[in-house]
Order: sequence, then C-alpha cells, then structure tokens
Amino acid sequence: MANDWRIRNGRIIDPVNGIDRVGDLFVRDGVLVESPRDLPDSTREVDASGCWVVPGLIDMHVHLREPGEEYKEDIVSGTRAAAAGGFTAVACMPNTRPVNDCRSVTALILERAREGFARVYPVGTISRQSGGETLADFGEMRDAGVVAVSDDGLPVWNSQLMRRALEYAGDFGLAVISHSEEPSLSRHGVMNEGKVATRLGLRGIPTAAESIMVYREIALAEYTGRPVHIAHVSAAMSVDLIRRAKERGVPVTAETTPHYFTLTEEAVEGYNTNAKMNPPLRTEEDRQSICAGLADGTLDAIATDHAPHSRLEKEVEFDLAANGIIGLETSLPLSLALVRDGVLDPVGLVQCMSVRPAAILGVPGGSLSPGEPADITVIDPELSFDYTEDMVVSKSSNSPFLDWRLQGRAVLTMVGGRVTFELRATD
Amino acid sequence: MSTGYFFSHRHVLGIDHLSSDDIQYILDTAESFKEISARPIKKVPTLRGNTIINLFFEPSTRTRLSFEVAAKRMSADTFNISASTSSAVKGETLIDTARNIDAMHPDIIIIRHSFSGAPHMLSRHVDAAVINAGDGTHEHPSQGLLDLMTVREHKGKLHGLKIAIIGDILHSRVAHSDILGFTKMGSEVHVYGPATLLPPDLEHLGATVAPSLEEAVRDADVVMTLRIQKERQSDPLIPSFREYAQQYGVTREVADLARPDALIMHPGPINRGIELMPDVADGPRSVILEQVTNGVAVRMALLYLVMGNS
Repeated sequence: MANDWRIRNGRIIDPVNGIDRVGDLFVRDGVLVESPRDLPDSTREVDASGCWVVPGLIDMHVHLREPGEEYKEDIVSGTRAAAAGGFTAVACMPNTRPVNDCRSVTALILERAREGFARVYPVGTISRQSGGETLADFGEMRDAGVVAVSDDGLPVWNSQLMRRALEYAGDFGLAVISHSEEPSLSRHGVMNEGKVATRLGLRGIPTAAESIMVYREIALAEYTGRPVHIAHVSAAMSVDLIRRAKERGVPVTAETTPHYFTLTEEAVEGYNTNAKMNPPLRTEEDRQSICAGLADGTLDAIATDHAPHSRLEKEVEFDLAANGIIGLETSLPLSLALVRDGVLDPVGLVQCMSVRPAAILGVPGGSLSPGEPADITVIDPELSFDYTEDMVVSKSSNSPFLDWRLQGRAVLTMVGGRVTFELRATD
Repeated sequence: MSTGYFFSHRHVLGIDHLSSDDIQYILDTAESFKEISARPIKKVPTLRGNTIINLFFEPSTRTRLSFEVAAKRMSADTFNISASTSSAVKGETLIDTARNIDAMHPDIIIIRHSFSGAPHMLSRHVDAAVINAGDGTHEHPSQGLLDLMTVREHKGKLHGLKIAIIGDILHSRVAHSDILGFTKMGSEVHVYGPATLLPPDLEHLGATVAPSLEEAVRDADVVMTLRIQKERQSDPLIPSFREYAQQYGVTREVADLARPDALIMHPGPINRGIELMPDVADGPRSVILEQVTNGVAVRMALLYLVMGNS
C-alpha cells in the first residue's frame, strides 16, 4: 500500500526549518513533500485540528532488554511502547545479556528491529564486556550500525579509559555517552542521601557521586576537545557544572528524564520500589534546577532511560529491588506539563525531544524538511487520560506514574509514512 | 488512661506511625502488665489460642527472647523461624515466605530483617498483624517504647527532659525510634557522634546535633549510649576503636556533666570500654537491666493491643 498522506489543519512545529504555523503536511511514498501536487486520489487524510504535528520524537536512552532479558521487554514490545508514546526512533543501551560490544549483537538488534515499531539505533559499549578495562571495537561496531558508545548502567571508573574513548570515538563519528557516577561514593546506596533516606533508614547516594563524574567528563572533553554527552542528569550541582562548561565552549551535551523534573525523593515514601532508580530521585531544589537547565538549554535533551523490570525484580525488599522505571509511554505527557508550567515553549519541547537527540546521535530525523522520511508525531496536547496498569504497552509496568491523571499524548505516530500507533481512527 | 481512646493500629511498623496518645496508651498498658512478670506464676490466659510467629532474618538473641517470653506469659503459642536474608538469592522472595507462613493462619508475625522497610512490605501481603522487631537502619519500635517506659518510670514524665544519644546514629534503628519517640512525647533529643556516623538531615527526625560530646551530655536527664557496630566498619567510618573510645566514649567524667539524677542507658549489647566505660555501665545510675525487664512488658502490651485490633 502506498504511503501517501495529507495531515490536515495541525499546528506544524518544525524548529529546524523555523516553522510554527497551522497548516497541512504532505507525504508521498513515505517521504515528506512540499506540496499536494503529486498526491494520488488514494491519499489518506488525518484531521490534526487542535493537534501539534512535529518531527518524530527520538528517545536517545532506552533499554530494550533484548538479547537476554526478554521477559522484561524485547525489541518489538519496546518499540511498540515507543510508538504508543509518540517516538519514531530510540537509541538502545548496550547492557543486554550479552552486552552489545561486538558486531554480532549489534546485528541481532538491528535484525529484530526490522519487525519493530520504531527506528532502533543501537549503542555499543565503551569497554569490552562493559568491564571498564579495555576499549571495545568501536570501528567494527560502527560498521555494524551503532551510533554511539556507552557503558550505561555502569560508570567508566578508569579516567584514562574514558579519555581514550573520547579520543578514539572521534575517529568513527560515534557519540560518547557517560553514565556519571563515582562508584566509591554511591556504593551500597539505594536512594538519594538526605532527609527521606534518614527517616526511612535507607542508605543514601550523595549528589556529589554524580557531579564529581560529570566534572571529570567535562575536564576530559575540555582537554581532548572531543564531545561528551552526559546521560540522565539528576542533580543541581551537575546542571551548574554543565552550564558553566558550555559557557566556556566545552563540547558537552546532556540529557535528563521526565522523572527527574517531575518527582522528588519523597516518591520513595512507603519503600516504593517503583521510585527506585539510579541516579536516584533527588530533592525539590534539584528538580527545579533540572527545569531551569531545560529552560536555558543547559540540558539539551529529554530521554526516558526506559528501564523495564518484571515484578520479580520490584516486589522485593527496597535494598534488593532493581533500579529503573519504564518511561516511553509517559515521557510526552510529563514533558508537556513543562509547557503548561512555562518551563519550555512548544518549540523548545520539540528541540528537546527530537531535534537535539538527532543532532547529538548524528542520526536522521528531527525535522520535517521535504525529502526526509515521514517520521511524524501528532500530539493532542490537551487530551487527558488515566495511566493505568492495563493500558501499559511495555511488557513491564514498573512505573511510579501508574494511576496518575496525565494530560496530553501522541495520537498518531508515523515512521517513514507507516502508521506505527494511532489512538483514534484516521479517515 | 484517657477515656474514649482506641488503639487503631493493626500493625506496629514504627514509632513514626504512632501518635503521642498511642505511645501513652502503650506505656500505660505495659505498666499494667509489668506486674505479671513479678508473680510466682508468670502466666495469664489473655492470648490463649493465638499463634505468634517470630520471623527473624537476622540473628538476635535478646529481642527474640523478649518477644517469646512476652508471648508465652500471655499463653500464646509461639514459633521461631530463623531465616537467612539470602533466601531471596536462593529463589524464595520475602513475599513468598510471608504468604506461606500466612497460609498457616498465624495471628501475629514478628519480623526482624536486615533491610529497612521489609516489615512494611510484609504487612501489605499477609492477614496477620505485623510487629517490626527491627528493620535495617530504620526503626526498632519496641526497643524505643521500652526506653520511653524506663525513663517515664524514673522521671515520672516524658516531656521537658533532655535526652542525650551518643554514638553511631547512622546505623542505629534504636536511635531512630528513640528520637521519634522522645520528641513526640515532648522531650528534647541531643545527639552526638563522629560526623561519619550521623546521617544527614537528622533535624528532620526532631533531633538536635550537639557541637560536642560535653554539650550533648551537659545537664541531660538521660544519657543513652549506642553500640559501635563492629560488623559495619567496611566503610572507613572511624579510624579505630581505640580512637573512638578516647574521643567519643562515655567515661565517668563525661557522665558527671549530666544531671546528678541522670539515667545511663544502652540498648545492648555493650562494647565495654569502647562506647561506655564499665564503671558507668555498672554504676548506680545505670538502668540498663531495667530496660530489659521493661522490654517484656512493652512487648506484652504490643501483642495484646494488636490482637485487640484484629
């Protein structure tokens, strides 16, 4: 079936081309075209009145769990959740089993992604086996299809290895993504160090555990002149370090996640394992700094760190529970709250969720330019819904946002002109 | 006892959840039960036919024994299960363990666990009443209550007192329960210890961090010393026990800064010569063994009250 579409009457927001106006968007054979001239009679129509039509959202930080932990998520189920959340592309972290540190794992991921509902950009490891000892084969992995390298889930504790990774990745055009955590400070900790941890008797992780490593990455990026991307920023001190580094021209970019700008450590009350993550939820002051960092562009991107875990990993003592929450289906509604709160304008939101992730990873997308594949997300920013367990698309439902009333969501997701999710029937 | 009061708690998970009225009522009840332990025949039929399970995931002699003595003095049937915390690693989760035990229809499960919050999780998955006998570094409510009872017996009140708590606050669930309990009852709690053994934001629990050992103890009505937990020294928290004894140990000279009628307390077991010098521990102001006696009465009261509410 031909992929010809007319998306009518939407508010088209395309920061790359400086567009923010109500109008129609046209797709011919899965590719964006300028005018409706050549569209055949069979062209299908979408009424996007009252909706935003934006370049497909890109989540630059997810865990798809395949290979190895398919009972939590697999590439098909994870990308289905992505599509339901309005994402047309995801970058998947390499801490699978086995880890993605070689051609065969990358190839398997891309092979499985062909059946998926979103574009999948594999991230390879920085170190072989994520062991932190020697560099993985960046060239081979790049040839197989990875777009970035990261030992996400684990910090690169060896500063020399991190330096070499930054230097070597440049030869292959790979982004280097840092999981910033000083392990001797975070060891044994299970939540943010502070008043809630003290009251609950849980061992704390100080914000300094993150910020010290953020500063190390900045120092290495400044020294080598090579770019570094900081994953899942949670702490005010880190935002401040990144802001000052950018001011003096250090090539550093950073992402945060909806939970760090929505929740605080209070969410752990009652030993709620669905609020256990790494880095941990911080204080209100940190939360506000994250918002300020998004508002002024210190934080470039909103990613989810979508981390599915089954009940087996979460219905246990808090100390034993796995870190992480799912996020693909709640990211857009929670981020739209930033627009309602005046933190971001709609253009800024599209920058954080599509334009900059594409630029940082060096992947296509992020614009609605004619000639580009039709990766499009149609968003109803007002639509309210209750996020309940039975509507979760991901295989796992470890979310602290269950039973929240959320406002705004994707109503149509399209990858290369193919509809991968739609909330309501198209004409 | 105040009229019209009703003990509304199905579980006793921490002092955090108890009001000052609850605490008052528990202590009044415990006092009325204390006499039973002094009788030639130390047994009443109050809990006859009730099944109480001591589910201990962490070694404990005195707390387990105290709960068991309390239960048997009230004619309940008690069963002790010593489980390893590593059972989760072996495949059975705490919830599975709890559900299996619950399927035998016990009335009360008393749980000791090395992870904070384990009793809270258990309480959401069983029909039995749950009593926290110490969870991680969170709370040890029955110990906190017996400390309150001991102080009230000697001082006749719990409000307006200065309580000094000295030592490893970070790892002490007893300290947490004591801080919450004494401040709820209107006393001031001053804590002191090495900065490495003080958790952040202690003032949110209601405590004041003293600038020195002397300031903490000066004019105190109660000096509570805490055990340095030798098993928890994998982190570089203190340089040596010798240094600790010299800098933070409560000696006769330090204890003399407190009020002349101050009580010397310790949740036990004592590291003699480290956190508390033997002459102070065994001195005339020490009520350490009374704490143990009152522990049985407080636990009888807790068992009685949660059963009354089931």
